[in-house]
Amino acid sequence: MLRIEIAAEPIISLLGLSLTNTLLMSGVSTVFLGSLAILVFRSPQLIPSGVQNAFETLMDMILGMMEGVFGTRERAEKFFPLVATIFFFILTSNWLGILPGIGSVGLYEATSEGEKFVPLFRSAASDINFTLALGIITVFAVNVFGVAAIGATKHFSKFFSFRNPIDFFVGILEFISEIAKIISFSFRLFGNVFAGEVLLVITGFLVPYLIPVPFLMLEIFVGFIQALVFAMLAMVFTSIAVSHH
Amino acid sequence: MESEVTKIATGALLDTESVKLLATALVMGIGSIAPALAIGLLAGKGLEAIGRNPEAAGKIQTAMILSIAFAEAVAIYALVVALIIKFV
Repeated sequence: MLRIEIAAEPIISLLGLSLTNTLLMSGVSTVFLGSLAILVFRSPQLIPSGVQNAFETLMDMILGMMEGVFGTRERAEKFFPLVATIFFFILTSNWLGILPGIGSVGLYEATSEGEKFVPLFRSAASDINFTLALGIITVFAVNVFGVAAIGATKHFSKFFSFRNPIDFFVGILEFISEIAKIISFSFRLFGNVFAGEVLLVITGFLVPYLIPVPFLMLEIFVGFIQALVFAMLAMVFTSIAVSHH
Repeated sequence: MESEVTKIATGALLDTESVKLLATALVMGIGSIAPALAIGLLAGKGLEAIGRNPEAAGKIQTAMILSIAFAEAVAIYALVVALIIKFV
């Protein structure tokens, strides 16, 4: 019968720390992205061709979109690393998690309730730790960018202002809204990817032939959109934080 | 004497497992009414705006996708609550 676990299952435990299957999967995404970067840009040509050309086009497209939000190309280039890394990391994690073999290849472990099947790989974003970490990093980075751009006093006066009572309450609401942003970032990505995983498992269980195909297409689309939304929201919050009113 | 129907109905509410199942279904069902309406309204207004001013389509599209993501996040919160009720 189907066993669907919300928490990621550990595969090995070394020195008291456990290596979960989602951690392994995010390691695979990192190695994939890193090796792609090294291979493509090992000897960059001044006139690009082939794969380097494709990546430069992609980079130009993303920078163009960011320029629309930030105003100048220079500011877009300043915040490009965070936004693009978030986008590509989440995109590769989501898309690698749809490949055959993820979630189906694993080991049987003996537990107190009998034998349990532990898959060796699992979509990285279906672990709340992954999404929560990304959410915390993003919100922290947005605040750091704000402090770096307009100064600490101006940035924190958005949250703690004593000019008049209305501003004070708006500041408190803004502070709560920062916490809500962390939760919203993490749960949006987690909910989408975990629900997609559960959907694929259930359709694979009910009718394994042909019926999972539209759901796999939906998963590809959802994986792309969630990466895009995460990166775009990070970009928009950064632009709000570094703007001088 | 209680009728058969009331006996079955109250009996279903006495068992934890059945209340859990019912709660999961209700959370998801009720929790996605408002986000669905919100996304529909947002998309409608966005498309209307693009129709009135096709030159600004890029900016409108970006803002529209962003707001749809915010609205969908509320439905995802409901989904997470439903999943936690069912599986934890």
